[in-house]
Amino acid sequence: MENSQILTYLLFTPIIGAVIILFMKESQTVLIKIFGLLISLFAFAVSLYPYFNFDYTNPDFQFIHKVLWIESLDISYHVGADGISVLLILLTTFITPITLLSSWKAIDKKIKLFTMMMLLLEAGMIGVFMALDVFLFYIFWEAMLIPMYFIIGIWGGEQRIYASVKFFIYTMLGSLLMLVAIIWLTVAASKNIGLYTTNLILLYQQAPNIMLDIQKWLFLAFFFSFAIKVPLFPLHTWLPDAHVQAPTAGSVILAGVLLKMGTYGLIRFNLPLFPQSTVEFAPFISILAIIGIIYGALVAMVQTDMKKLVAYSSVSHLGFVVLGIFALTFESVQGAVIQMVNHGLSTGALFLLVGIIYERTHKREIAYYGGIAKLVPLFAIALMFASLSSIGLPGLNGFIGEFLILLGAFQSQVLDSWWYVVFAATGVIFAAVYLLWMYQRVVFGTVTNEKLNTELTDLNAREIIVLVPIFIFIVWIGIYPTTFLDLSEAPVSAILEHVKNYTFNFLY
Amino acid sequence: MIELIYLTILLPLLGFVINGFFGKKIGNEKVIGLIGSSTVGISFVISLLALIETINLPVEQRTNVVELFTWMSVGSLNISFSYLVDQLSLVMALIVTGVGFLIHVYSIGYMHGDKGFYRFFAYMNLFIFAMMNLVLGDNFVVLFLGWEGVGLCSYLLIGYYYDQKFEKGTVAQAAKKAFIVNRIGDFGFLLGMFLIFETFNSLNFLEVFSQAKHLTGAESTFGFIALFLFIGATGKSAQIPLFVWLPDAMAGPTPVSALIHAATMVTAGVYMVARASIIFASAPVILAVVAVIGLLTAVFAATIGLVQTDIKKVLAYSTVSQLGYMFLAAGVGAFSAAIFHVMTHAFFKALLFLGAGSVIHSMHHQQDIMHYGGLKKYMPVTFLTFIIAAFAISGFPGLSGFFSKDEILWFSYANGNFVYWLLGALTAVLTAFYMFRLVSLTFFGEERFSHDKYHPHESPKVMTIPLIILAVLSVIGGWIGIPEVFSGEHGNVFHNWLAPIFLDAELKLAYYGAHSHTEELILMAISVSAALFSMYGAFKIYTQRREIAEKFALKFKKAYMVLLNKYYVDEFYEATVIQPIQKSSEKFLWKIADNKLIDGIVNGTAVVITSFSSVIKKMQTGVAQVYALIMMTGIAAILFWIILSL
Repeated sequence: MENSQILTYLLFTPIIGAVIILFMKESQTVLIKIFGLLISLFAFAVSLYPYFNFDYTNPDFQFIHKVLWIESLDISYHVGADGISVLLILLTTFITPITLLSSWKAIDKKIKLFTMMMLLLEAGMIGVFMALDVFLFYIFWEAMLIPMYFIIGIWGGEQRIYASVKFFIYTMLGSLLMLVAIIWLTVAASKNIGLYTTNLILLYQQAPNIMLDIQKWLFLAFFFSFAIKVPLFPLHTWLPDAHVQAPTAGSVILAGVLLKMGTYGLIRFNLPLFPQSTVEFAPFISILAIIGIIYGALVAMVQTDMKKLVAYSSVSHLGFVVLGIFALTFESVQGAVIQMVNHGLSTGALFLLVGIIYERTHKREIAYYGGIAKLVPLFAIALMFASLSSIGLPGLNGFIGEFLILLGAFQSQVLDSWWYVVFAATGVIFAAVYLLWMYQRVVFGTVTNEKLNTELTDLNAREIIVLVPIFIFIVWIGIYPTTFLDLSEAPVSAILEHVKNYTFNFLY
Repeated sequence: MIELIYLTILLPLLGFVINGFFGKKIGNEKVIGLIGSSTVGISFVISLLALIETINLPVEQRTNVVELFTWMSVGSLNISFSYLVDQLSLVMALIVTGVGFLIHVYSIGYMHGDKGFYRFFAYMNLFIFAMMNLVLGDNFVVLFLGWEGVGLCSYLLIGYYYDQKFEKGTVAQAAKKAFIVNRIGDFGFLLGMFLIFETFNSLNFLEVFSQAKHLTGAESTFGFIALFLFIGATGKSAQIPLFVWLPDAMAGPTPVSALIHAATMVTAGVYMVARASIIFASAPVILAVVAVIGLLTAVFAATIGLVQTDIKKVLAYSTVSQLGYMFLAAGVGAFSAAIFHVMTHAFFKALLFLGAGSVIHSMHHQQDIMHYGGLKKYMPVTFLTFIIAAFAISGFPGLSGFFSKDEILWFSYANGNFVYWLLGALTAVLTAFYMFRLVSLTFFGEERFSHDKYHPHESPKVMTIPLIILAVLSVIGGWIGIPEVFSGEHGNVFHNWLAPIFLDAELKLAYYGAHSHTEELILMAISVSAALFSMYGAFKIYTQRREIAEKFALKFKKAYMVLLNKYYVDEFYEATVIQPIQKSSEKFLWKIADNKLIDGIVNGTAVVITSFSSVIKKMQTGVAQVYALIMMTGIAAILFWIILSL
């Protein structure tokens, strides 16, 4: 096993950046902004190293760096990445500079603190995606909550306190369950071999042997903590409030990366640690996912606030991801992984765009707008493009994910019924309904609100620079997803193989 | 040229990119129009050369696949951007690029002076790109890419005048409606693809169809696949129950109606059914459903067409009705007749729409035929070409529509039954009637418009030349499909050309027609004379005796109102589907389930914890004795518990 420190360098890049900013003067706002942006761009560059040096044929974790931390409990600083991690790390390092650039003007107070928080948040997220020690994972999982809490609480909208407290209650409940589950898991696993460890790779071999009665509870504890983060129906109500109150940068990070930690956790923990429980709970979880797909879409449809609409659409989209994971076929899980990235890009773009006009008018109500295509043509094109990506138009990214998920779920032996997909696929209809309806009311028609004439200006150069990279990847994934599917191919097939090996009623 | 077929797809894409990104900078209408139409024109030439090359190949080598690159490769799913060049796809490609090219040229004149000129041409080229993917794709997924792509272009082009009103609503609403109704169909298409993949472990046409040919005893699987695919077709090709979007699609510029909503996109469903003919042939029950839905749509839409007064609305319902004919043909296993009608319909319906556009253009966007009249002397070319198209669609002997319609009617009897034929013939009579009502009210009779406001004039050459070419095609286009009964030993050329494609399906269906040529001629004579009588009647009534029509409408006021309001289908959907979903989503799911129920539990928990802690905190008195007391109580309790458990 090669020992590489590249992931550690990557993890510490934003941390060191934040520490340097700590010693900068509050008043040097421009310098802080530029420095923060450069650090995040540097982190992106560093994250390309594991991508370019990735061994596609190897399903195991690569670039492993392991340092023993607490010897008596065999807790280590232990990081590594497989294809799924690499993909999500890239998503994180890609989205972070975009959000920093997008909030150049929008954030006008406590810029120093904001930039630090964003960088720490980035480090936390990267850490989650590379941690191979359950204890370390928990630390990153918690650490990243704090900057997010502050981002909503300090730079948020009028009801930011309510939203951030709600966010905190929900996620703390999840974290608590996870902590209990981690302790219980490691203790239960240690009984089998008489050695206590928090090493995830070792636990993969031990945990599936835990008695099914206990395993089920462990599965549920992990599942609930991840399901809150996803968020899976009916644990989703923190999301609309958090999104609406968060500043644009917060929303983009939240939708783009944070939610994926939940689905990532399901793939990284629930599936390989508790294969038998996974198979047994899969139908129930899939039903929740499908309810989420339809429920999220229907509630999105009737929203009067653009940001809330996009937030509820996330509930719907993430439902697809969860369905893909628990359909447990190669196609569906591959679809779920690529859909995590897709959702980050298209919903990220939608939040950026909503933020862009909010910055000009300070209004999010759909009814306030109308006919703005004439006033801001570039914006209208960009919003159409992002909407089409989110709707899942073939040729753009969203289609690849949804298609693979639904196609896979349809063949799923674990679900073993068409009905799951028949209901889930209605999501493609509703997605068109809520997004195009919003588009029609906001962009088309005639300008009814006189104020818009003076308030609105079209996309400026900075905003175009923010959006174009996202759009490039939206097309890239839509036309040539192989670049990204290849990354996750080996690990996904290994995980499914692992699940299959440890279950006695898994049919292929 | 076969191996270069991908150029027919890439060139329109290039046109879209140039006009879409730089059109505003270019600014010059001539340059934009030239880029827009030449890319389609060159694609037509390439398609034509590929056709010639294919004709020169022996029959068994006429199926060629050109692969570009892998799109999705996951597990056993392997989808490429690869294109199938065979007899069927070449016919479709020629229709799309040929008629498409003429409409592009026409649009240079029609859209002249429009602020969004470049935007229009960019969308039109994007449409051709998507449509070519649809007809040339060698697997269901590339077909679906085109399928949704044309839907998007349709949406963008219907919504072209996005800031304007349309009937009771707005143009933007019409565009959205088209997209969403199509999506309902696409939902079916997706399920069809999933089931195909589950059954055949492939989505590649050649692979799936060759397996399907040999697969026996899977009638219910075939039935579901065919049903799901057909749901998709009813959306795209505007059949009952999903036809409601097409009449509203008329909100788009008229060349768009000609290209997308008459000649090409709406026939995609027919193409798809024909392409998957072996699957439909293996599911006889669903095939009968296809026939019946097609037939009902044909009659139903034709009756609505009788009373509409908007020139484009009449043509729109006519299109719905003619598409019904095509599905009737497919439903009785006459797939090549269906494709034949796709082709002739593309000629005369495109011509009708473009002619209507020419009229609308000269009448300052007045579309109500009650405000036309006597236009033939102002615009002779438009008039002449329009009336040729009207004769063609009405099945006047010798013109293109005659051959294709006759073939469909004949097969609906020979492979179907007398009722199919009777309703089909009734549709032909209704078609002849509303077409000549339209012709009479537009071009004949007294002028019902004020000369102060309107100055009718002939359109420029760039518009009339495409009209003339299409008129020629509307006349001679059917001559390649002259039925055996007239052509004798040569047989039906068009039918023979496509025969290898539909061979397996026809073998499976095994219709052994024990019908004589005499039967065929008698039925033909009846339907043709009825249609001719109907044309004459309509012409007489609407040029000379309009009071007859008015009296008729008064006498059967209820029936008339039902037709005028299109059987209230839109209102029915609004009340039974749209409103309930919207209301329950807002009033129940959002305001009650989400805000009261789930949030209630979350916030309730928070309240409980707060109130609990406000009780607990009273214990924090700061008095050391109280703490000691509590501690002692605790120790005592633990001791007690240990003793008990010993």
